[in-house]
Order: sequence, then structure tokens, then C-alpha cells
Amino acid sequence: MGQLSGPTDPTADAHWEHSHPRKGFFTDTSICIGCKACEVACKEWNHNPQDGDLELLGSSYDNTGALGASTWRHVAFIEQGQERIIEARESGRALVNLGMPRIGPPTSEPSPMDLAEADTTPPDTADFRWLMSSDVCKHCTHAGCLDVCPTGALFRTEFGTVVVQDDVCNGCGTCVAGCPFGVIERRSNGTVKVAASREEQHAKHPEVPNVGVAQKCTLCYDRLVADETPACAKACPTTSIKFGDHDDMVETARERVSALHAQGLTEARLYGANENDGVGGTGSVFLLLDEPEVYGLPPDPRVPTADLPRMYRRAGMAVAGMAAAAALAFLGGRA
Amino acid sequence: MANADCIVIQGSNMAECHPVGFQWVAEAKARGAKVIHIDPRFTRTSAVSDKHIPIRAGSDVVLLGALINYVIANDLWFKEYVTAYTNAATLVHSDYRDAEDLGGLFSGFDPEKRAYDTSSWGYAEEGEGPIGSPGSEHEHGADASARAAADTFGSGGPPLEHAEVQRDETLQDPRTVFQIVKRHYARYTPEMVRDMCGIKVEDFEYLARTITENSGRDRTTCFAYAVGWTQHSLGAQFIRAAAVLQLLLGNVGRPGSGIMALRGHASIQGSTDIPTLFNLLPGYLPMPSAGRHDSFEKYIAAIGSKQQKGFWADADAYTISLLKAWWGDAANEANDWAYDYLPRLTGAHGTYETVMGMLADEVEGYFLLGQNPAVGSAHGRMQRLGMSHLKWLVVRDLNLIESATWWKDGPEIESGELRTEDIETEVFFLPAATHVEKAGSFTQTQRLLQWRHQAVAPPGDCQSELQFFFELGQRIREKLAGSEDERDRPLLDLTWDYPTDEHGDPDAEAVLAEINGRHLAGPDAGKPLSAYTELRPDGTTAAGCWIYTGVYANGFNHAANRKPGQEQGPAAPEWGWAWPANRRILYNRASADPAGKPWSERKKYIWWDQEQGKWVGDDVPDFPVDRAPGSNPHPSVGGPAALGGDDPFIMQADGKGWLFAPKGLVDGPLPTHYEAQESPVANALYPQQQSPARLVFPRADNLSAPSGGASGADIYPYVFTTYRLTEHHTAGGMSRWLPYLSELQPEMFCEVSPELAAERGLEPYGWATIISPRSAIEAKVLVTDRMRPLAVGGHTVHQIGLPYHWGVGSNAVVSGDAANDLLGVALDPNVQIQESKVASCDIRPGRRPRGKQLLDLVADYQARAGLTTETSNQAVTDPAAEGIEPASGEDGRPDGGTG
Amino acid sequence: MTGSANGSLNWADTRNLVLLLQAGTGYAPEMAPRSFLQWPVVRQLSTGDLLGRGPAVTSAKTEAIAPRTATADRVVQSVCPYCAVGCGQRVYVKDEKVVQIEGDPDSPISRGRLCPKGSASEQLVNSPGRQTKVLYRAPRSTEWEHLDLATAVEMVADRFIETRRRTWQQEDDQGRLLRRTMGIASLGGATLDNEENYLIKKLFTAAGAVQTENQARI
Repeated sequence: MGQLSGPTDPTADAHWEHSHPRKGFFTDTSICIGCKACEVACKEWNHNPQDGDLELLGSSYDNTGALGASTWRHVAFIEQGQERIIEARESGRALVNLGMPRIGPPTSEPSPMDLAEADTTPPDTADFRWLMSSDVCKHCTHAGCLDVCPTGALFRTEFGTVVVQDDVCNGCGTCVAGCPFGVIERRSNGTVKVAASREEQHAKHPEVPNVGVAQKCTLCYDRLVADETPACAKACPTTSIKFGDHDDMVETARERVSALHAQGLTEARLYGANENDGVGGTGSVFLLLDEPEVYGLPPDPRVPTADLPRMYRRAGMAVAGMAAAAALAFLGGRA
Repeated sequence: MANADCIVIQGSNMAECHPVGFQWVAEAKARGAKVIHIDPRFTRTSAVSDKHIPIRAGSDVVLLGALINYVIANDLWFKEYVTAYTNAATLVHSDYRDAEDLGGLFSGFDPEKRAYDTSSWGYAEEGEGPIGSPGSEHEHGADASARAAADTFGSGGPPLEHAEVQRDETLQDPRTVFQIVKRHYARYTPEMVRDMCGIKVEDFEYLARTITENSGRDRTTCFAYAVGWTQHSLGAQFIRAAAVLQLLLGNVGRPGSGIMALRGHASIQGSTDIPTLFNLLPGYLPMPSAGRHDSFEKYIAAIGSKQQKGFWADADAYTISLLKAWWGDAANEANDWAYDYLPRLTGAHGTYETVMGMLADEVEGYFLLGQNPAVGSAHGRMQRLGMSHLKWLVVRDLNLIESATWWKDGPEIESGELRTEDIETEVFFLPAATHVEKAGSFTQTQRLLQWRHQAVAPPGDCQSELQFFFELGQRIREKLAGSEDERDRPLLDLTWDYPTDEHGDPDAEAVLAEINGRHLAGPDAGKPLSAYTELRPDGTTAAGCWIYTGVYANGFNHAANRKPGQEQGPAAPEWGWAWPANRRILYNRASADPAGKPWSERKKYIWWDQEQGKWVGDDVPDFPVDRAPGSNPHPSVGGPAALGGDDPFIMQADGKGWLFAPKGLVDGPLPTHYEAQESPVANALYPQQQSPARLVFPRADNLSAPSGGASGADIYPYVFTTYRLTEHHTAGGMSRWLPYLSELQPEMFCEVSPELAAERGLEPYGWATIISPRSAIEAKVLVTDRMRPLAVGGHTVHQIGLPYHWGVGSNAVVSGDAANDLLGVALDPNVQIQESKVASCDIRPGRRPRGKQLLDLVADYQARAGLTTETSNQAVTDPAAEGIEPASGEDGRPDGGTG
Repeated sequence: MTGSANGSLNWADTRNLVLLLQAGTGYAPEMAPRSFLQWPVVRQLSTGDLLGRGPAVTSAKTEAIAPRTATADRVVQSVCPYCAVGCGQRVYVKDEKVVQIEGDPDSPISRGRLCPKGSASEQLVNSPGRQTKVLYRAPRSTEWEHLDLATAVEMVADRFIETRRRTWQQEDDQGRLLRRTMGIASLGGATLDNEENYLIKKLFTAAGAVQTENQARI
């Protein structure tokens, strides 16, 4: 039947007969060079229209702003001074000392490394750093967008990813509110802008596809079916975006955090790898070098439908209570 | 690079400009290599490096010189390597005087010609004079500079008469190169670095320690640079300084070593190998100069002496084969192989001289081939005004770039300097084919030729350059057919009969075959050559570019080799073809010790196999394959046969790596720090402010800001530097027309520190106007801690960053003011590259004025600074200090220098 | 923690109702009519995907999905035209049109990766803003006009010959051979092929036009 929160295999929950291992990304922001190849490769593959109004956004080198209907990979740029670096290092270390609730597998497992033995003296703490991080749809274990979609346009693929079927979506927008990460959006009537005074045109501007329809990263479903790597991961020059079986991605991510911690870089921490979080863990996991909020990510995402059972229970109790009250009143009246 | 233990990126923003190449740095770092980025700005490269060291733009020689000093003073140089493989032990002629002794000038400076007579820098010879250049006459530095002679060293060093040098293997003789280098850099100290570069002493020590700890038998350090080094008035010397350091550390010719030039265009390496450059013929043969190369005999004698070591001694075979490729039977022994069909140079004919020629109405017609000088060249205003003097202009490009539309919507139309209705220039825009619409080869930055197959036909009127120039050549030849005029012979006799397809378009592979060359006589007549060693000086071979010979060996296009990388070793010899002879690391003989053994197991690459009696290893040995390590032919033999078993630098005339350059450079045998043409800082090392031999153009339309503490310098108090962003490509012709790239970086901006923003009242993401002595532009303001004020010599130096991708026009998806409009023209005298990485400016809040008011603003600044064509244009800063009479100039030997 | 069966069923009922309504109205967007057995609600029961989140709701379009890299007529190996790293590219062609350009994993230089510019190569080829017709601006004119390509090349050839003749320098003032014209110049080459540069250099040198330059000097 499947479940609406907690650890689970979402592909099996969706009753795929021939399911593949769940696929996902591991985005290692510690080696991201902010080149935005992922943004362009994504748009090229998906023919997503140009976003925005061609003005500086006022956010360092970021001029696409956030994930949205036409930007399915988004690179954030964050400039920080030394004070903040030290804080991040401390907060990361605290996560470890607390048993790493976000990093950790179930607490029974030992933490990936014993920090007591390692030299975690901060190596040459820089007085400045420039964080870059490529964000993407999380392909949650419990996907709010999917669970609230009333039309069946959103579905769980055989790879465990969450995909919109643009031919089914009626643009109702319920999913937009259902996503705790603010990833999915309806595509407005965006255009591919060019200057007005063009003498000749090589080709007509391509029609903007899927106007009015909810749009987000498909984890290149149309490539996965042919065993091809998603466009962003394939292009990524430094392998900051890795693609593979979700279990391997989480494992790789844990190893990488351990390696960075061993170098004293305790600011490194995982995001999305905790299957006990409010979305049951994400299909896209991240290695961050600071608190999630710094990157514009919710610190404690929670799928709305996770509350459904509790809501139903409460509603049920309320109904029962009211019925009881009514009965009491009736009975009382009778008495 | 993936094999390096330490990577120093200086003068390059590699992660931004070469992201995919940067994967090898990332890989080295993942294996534990240290990555250090030295740059005026904290960039995306700095963000992923172990350390960023901010530096004042243009002060790199101070830093590199101090590293050289550190290595020598602390006895950290690689003794066996340096003694055996470099010219450290070679004696320099006793006439030589160092810049340290002469207040910043080397011996031989001629203030009249503003250039050096370089003869006193030569090696000592048994007997009297220095070892000169081959050929009958000594070439003055002024003449060598004018023909940018240093460009001819793209495949090897400059020539010597012979290689019978004097050596002191103990390196103790004060005239040895080693002792000269040691003395020269003695004042380049960490404190000097602090005071000139703005680098903290502890940062310098971190750098010095990291580099030296990662050099030696077991470890190697690699340097990577790009135009952050080349685009300076002493750019060639920046690179030389790194070469001296790397040779001292034994970091040349070995895995994970070297100095990697990161080039910015798909085939910019190819376009110097097969040069579209005024001073070169294919394969780094010089274009003949009137007065120096008047006869074929003189030409050959001047390129390479038969008595010097190495492969340049066969220059006659390379030249004759080229002339045979071009003129076939019309090139024969009787007419000196049609040598006189070649036009002659009479000085510098580089792109900036050409633009000045346009302004003087000497140039009538101009072809722009995938190039956008209205935006991408220094001094954009001069470029555009120059084009307005042309009779005809042909622009071949993918998009309607600003260089094609300046007559309609350029900045000078807006300022009122030009009126469209008055411009006589005819403009042809001919659309070009993209890289997938034509077949051909690119040569990438590591000299690797890679073939591209044609995927689709070009749309509409689009043509490749191959199609266009083949057709243009055909039409010109048809129109001249039957001409009796002797000057038309070279065109009419030209071999221009390439096989064509059904559309009449030439076959690119046939052109590659001509470049590779073929046998003309004997049993193999007509067959492709397989190596440049097969070229003969008797007319029996033809080859269009000798260094590429072998790319079409056996009639097979090796540039199209595509054995997947995962099926080959790390050198991947079956992917594409690298010149020369498919070698991946040059001078790789140096990866083994003098006895032919690898320096260490870890850095094993090429070694001598005693049993087989030849050099073997992971690459094609860049050495005569059977020349045993101990062999010691008499140097008088000349040519490749003269190379000793320990002469790894086979294209150098003495087989050694040059710490000291006795020949080949026109602005000094050793890199010496001078300030840029425009700098707010006075040179603390010498009374001499700028490089005395730099090329300047004192013109009213090319004024310079005052230097150092000179009066008026405070009018342009800030330093600006120009650069690229990942999201765009050069002048934007291939990026600003693409919505996906334009949206990522939509607007021109400047990067300033919070301190400078406060000092000038600049609002974050508001507008600012930047004013130089040439122009004023506007840009959005990015206030960022990534820009850092530097403490230099007790003053604060603010640097402003300006990407140069935008231009003024109305056809691109995004447009904006062009940073290059701010630049003037001052050139490196070795290679004639302009100084575009550092200049002076002012900045103030708000947008720039429009119309004539813009010109008034620029003029007002010029007047307040008191600029004249003299300003900053003196060759010798303080003639009195140098013992030079300003007018007479003595005889070029400033012996009375105060030092 | 697991969801309560009660809650799930209630919720699923809501979703099922919508799906049932769609099925009942024959809602099967864009695709050929589907049989009763393909109605989502039926599939929900038959596949066990009772919540309608997986195989029960896939549309025919989704089921037929295939990447255009797989449906291309041919794949051509190429090299990125931007910087000098020389990354390998694969060009996918369908109906004589480039439909996709991406990294070539076989390249030992780039291992299949591309930067944002390289990733935008398809747009470079197919951009609506690309100029594919010859344009000509006459002296003093304020506008472009169209020219036939052959006419344009003919006009350029005429101007080339005329300028060369007018500006020819046979000797210098000391009688030394020059054999050149300083009236014709060119700039460009760093983005061109070796074969193209070779023809340019060969033709210009034979014509005596020595002022041939490219980006390498800039």
C-alpha cells in the first residue's frame, strides 16, 4: 500500500513491477566551481526557456535566482567572511558531536570517524570564502507535490524519481503548495527574448513548451530510460554533481564528509540523507559547507501529507467527540 | 596536470575560463596536491583552491624573482638537474652588465632607438667576442622587436652561431649564468614582495615553502598561466621568470611539471603554428624582412646555423618544402625556390599598427574573420574610428557583431563623433559556418590536433572560411589570368587546385594532406611524408607546415584518431595527434637523470633502456631515440647529431634550458621588474619605472596616465584589470547572442571592494562610471570582499575588476559598455601583445554622460591630469640616474649608471 | 513510523475519485483512445499501485518516451569551438538538423564534460539570432541591403584586386624588394581551423598582403 512518511522504498511503494535501483544525485558543493554548466545543459536538454529579465539580480554571480518552472538547476553564490567560516566549522562539529542527526545513519551505527583521534585543527582558516552550490529538485522519498496532485500528472517513476507528465497536468497548481522546498512551479508565458532590431532571423523562436503547466526537474527521465546520465551530471566539469544509485550516492556522500572532517573541515555536512526527516530523505543529497538556510534550503523540510494521518486522526476524534457531544446532548435532552 | 603535487595558478582564472580543463586540477587536489591561486581578484578559481594570494596586477616578476631568490639563497634548487640540463654553468661574455648594476637597464640600451643592442648578452667564446646569431649581421633589438622576432620561438629557441660554449661545472665563476641569476635576484626579498605586490610575508613564505617542498626527484610543481601574464608590457618576461624558477626546481619535461599556457580560443595554438600573424610563416619560420633576409641564403643563415645543436639547423629543408607546397614546379633551385615570391616586412605590421594605418588612410580593405575588435581589442574607440576610414570592410561571423554595425549604432554615433551618413566605408557581412557545419582540425592548448567531422550543411548563405577563401582565390586568379604583370606571378603560380565536392567546396582533408607534405621524387613520389625528419632541402619534398608533418602519415588522418580515452594509457597517444611527432610532453628527456634513469619511481616517464639501446617509456621520446645518455659528440658537428646525451632541450641552440637568455629577447636577458605603462606605484627596485624597451605610441588619441608619484597621477588613482567570465566568450560574438548564456550574466559590471565603494560612494548594484585617459564607460557595481585593497609601499592600492564581454550595439541579446574602450595601446616589445591587464582609472557613482558630454568628461580628466603625448612615454625614466644624456644618448652603453 | 491505513485510504479515495472521473470522461490527453484496461483506476487495481502514484497513472506519451540522442539519425564526433581545452563533443543530427550537442565521454581530454558555453553549442548553431544571409551596406547608407552571395564574393574579389594594385609596393627607398601591399589587412583565425588559416595565409602571402593578424596577438 505504501506509506506517507518515514523510511521506505518509494519505487516499491508505487508498485513498479520491474523497478530499478532508486536513482539520485549527490551534489558535492565543496568542489563546485560555479560554472553553471548544469544550468545550461539542463535547459539545452529540456528546451526550457530563458528566465528573468536580463538584469543583474543583485546576488553575487547568481542571475537566475532560484529553482522554478524554467530553471531546474540553479547555482547559488554565497560570500562569507572569516567569522562565519568559523561558525560553520563549529556548527558542523556540533552536528558530529551530537551524533550527527542530519548526517547520521540510525544512531546505533558508529559515526563515520572518531574525531577524538583525528587532528581537526582548522587548516589555515581562510579569511574569506565563496560558496557555490547547484540546487535541484530533491525527488523526495515522500514527495509533497506527488501526494497532493489530484490528476495523476505527477508520478513516481520506476527509478524512484518524481516526474510531471505535461500531457496530463491541468495546471491546477496544488503541487506548488505541496512542495516543502519551493521547487515546482507553473510555467508562465515566458519567452526567449532577443533584441528587437534584428535584420534577419535564422529560425523562428521556439515556442515555449508547456506554458501554464507545472514544471520541475525530471531527473532526465527521458534519458534514464535509455540508460543515459542526466544532462547536468554529465556536463559537470568537476564531478560536483554525481549521479547514480541512491544508496551509492548516500554512501559516497558520507565518505566525502568523513574525508573532509579528517582534514579538519568540520563545516561539511550532509543534507537530505536522513531518512527520518520530514520527507523521508531525499533522492538528491547534498554536501554543504554551512547551515542549509545559508544556501536557501529549508533546515527541516516536511512533506504536507506527512501530517495527513495525524490530521485524519484528529478530525476523526473531533467527529467522534462531536457525535458524542450530540448524543450526550440528545440523551441529556431526553433525560 | 593531474600528476602534479602542487599547482600554482597565476595570471589565469582557470576554473572560470577553462572549467573542463580544471577537472585535472580538481583531480590532483583530490589526490592531495596543493592548489594555490595568485590573482588580483578572489575568483571562482580561488574559491576551490587551498589558498588565494591577492597580488597587485602587474607585479608578478617581483614575486617570481623573490621565489627564485628564495630557492637559491636557501639552497633548494635541484642541483643535478640544473647543472646538467640548464645553461647555469655557461659563461656569459664579460661585456655584460646587469640591470642591478645600471639602475634598471641592462647593458646595450640605446635611448634613441628605445631598444637594446643585445650583443653584450651573448655567451662567452674562446677568445674575444660573444657568441652571436648566425647569418652575417647582428640584429639590433629594435629591429627584432619590430618583427616580433620572439614569436618565431614558438617551437624552439633562438639561433646561435654555434654551441661551443664555455662552462664552469662548479658554477663558481662570477660570469656563470648561475652566479648572474643569483646576483640579479638578491634584492627580490619577501619584504620587497610585501611592498610591491601587497602580499603578506607569511603568505609569501607559505607559497615558497609549498612550492619547494613539492619539487625535486620525487615531486613536481606545475604552473598554469593565461593572458593574465601575456597581456603586459613585459608579458614575455613574466613567463620567462616562471621558466627560470621551474628550471631551478627541475620542473620542466617531467610528469606534473612545467608551465602550462591556458589559451582562450579553440585553435589559437593552431593559428600561431599555421600563423595568421604578420611576422610568421607556417612552423614558426620568420616572414622575411627587407634588409635582413634579402636573399634566400641570408634568410636560411639567419634562422638556424648548421653549427648549432638541434633541429633548427635543418631550417633550409623546412623552408624549401614550404615553398614547394605553395608554388610547386614554379619553385625550383634556379629561382631560389621562389623565395622572392614572398613579400617583405619593413617593421612592425601588427594589428595595432594596422589600425593606426587605417587612421592614416593607408589601409583600404579589412577582413574580420570571427573577430570583433570593436569590442575585443584594446582601445575600442581607435578600432572603430580606424574602421570608419576604410574603403571596404568584410565581416565574416556567425552573428551581426558590433564590428559589423558600428557605423549604425556604435558609441561614436551616439557621441556624435561619427555620422552614419558621412561614413564612406562599404561593409560586407558574410555569414559564417559553425564548427559542426564544416570539417577541419583545431589545435588545442597542448598542441593536440583534433579533427572535427562535418555534421550538417551550413544554412542559408553561410560558408566556412575554407569555402570562402578557396572561392575568393579562384575568382582573383580568374580575374588575373593572362596577366603579364610580374607581381601577379605568385598568385597565378600558386597551387590552388584542391579537390571539390558537388557544391564546388574544397576538401579540408586534402588541405591537411598538403600541410603534412609529400614526397615529390623517388620511389615514394606522391606519398605522404611521415615525419619532419624526412624533409629535404633539395626540392624533393613539399610540406605546408613542417611541425605538422606526420599528422597525415600513410595517408591517414591522425587528427581524427579517436580511440576512446578509457582504452588507453594516460598519455592517450591514439586520440588526435600532437605536434611534433605526436609527443605529449616536450623535452621529456629531462624526466630521466643524466644517466638515463628515471629521477624517481613516482615520476617515471621516459628512460634509457640499455638492452634495447634506446629511449622508452610512456610517451614518444622527445630526443634522438638511440642517443645514449653518456654520448658526447663534438659540438662543432651541428644539428641533431650534435646533441649530447644530456641535452634534453633539443630545440634550443645549445640543448640546454635557458635560465639566462643570451639571445631571443629584446627587453632583457633576465626578467626584471618594471611597472606597467600606467601604474600608481613607483618602482621600488630601480629608478627605471617602466620597461625601457616597451613599445609606446605617443599620440593624442592614445594618452597615458601619469605614473607613480608624478603630478596628475591622483586624477586616475585606481588600477583596473580586465577579464573573462565563465558564462561568456571574449567579445561576446559567440555568447551574447545566446539566450542561455546571456541570462546567466546579463549586464556589464565592475567589481570593487567595500572600502573603495565607501571611498567613492558607490551603491551596490547601482551604476558607476569608470574614466581612463582614453574613454569613460558605465557599469553596474558589484561591491564584494573578493576585491581587496592592498597595502603597497605605505599606500593603499584599490583595484577594479572589469569583465570585457559586452559591447555597444543593438543586435545581441545583451549589450553594454566595453571595458576595452578604457585601454590604451602599449605593447610588449618581444611579441607585440598589448598591455590590457593593468591600467589606471577613476571611478564615480552614476551613469556616464551621453553625447558630446561624454567626450567632455574624458577631456576634462585629461586636462586636470595635465596629460600630453609625453606623459609616461619616456623610454628612460630618469636619464640622469642612468647616466644618459637625454638628447645625445651616447652610444648605447650607459656605463655611468649609478645602480 | 508508518501511515495509518485509515488515513491513507481516505486520502487515496480523494485522488481515486479524480482519476476515476478522468477515466469516465475518457480523459487521455494527446493520445489515441485507450482501452478500458488502461484506465488509471483499473490499472490502480491491477498493478497494486492503489495510491495512483506509479505505473497506474503513466500516460501513453510517458510510456513511449525516448531521448532524442537515441532517435537521432546519426552522431558525429566534433570538438568544442570555444576555449582551447579542446573538449570532445558529440553532435546528434535528425532530419539534417542538429538536435543536441553534448560531451564526448571517449575524449581523454574532457571525459564527456562541458562548461556552460560548450553546453550551449546547440544554441550557437540553431540560435534564432544567428545571421544567415549576406548583408551589404553601401557608402553613406544608413541601412543594410541584401546581396546575393556570389555577387558579394565577386565584389570583394574586385575590391581586393583594385586595392592591391593601387597600394602596391615593389621596392623600398633603398631598392630592396618588398613585393607587397599595405592596403589590405585581416584579423582573425584563432577560432578557425588549421586548414582555413593555411589557405588564408597562403592566399594573402601570395597576394603580398602581409598584415594578417589574429587573436593570438590580442
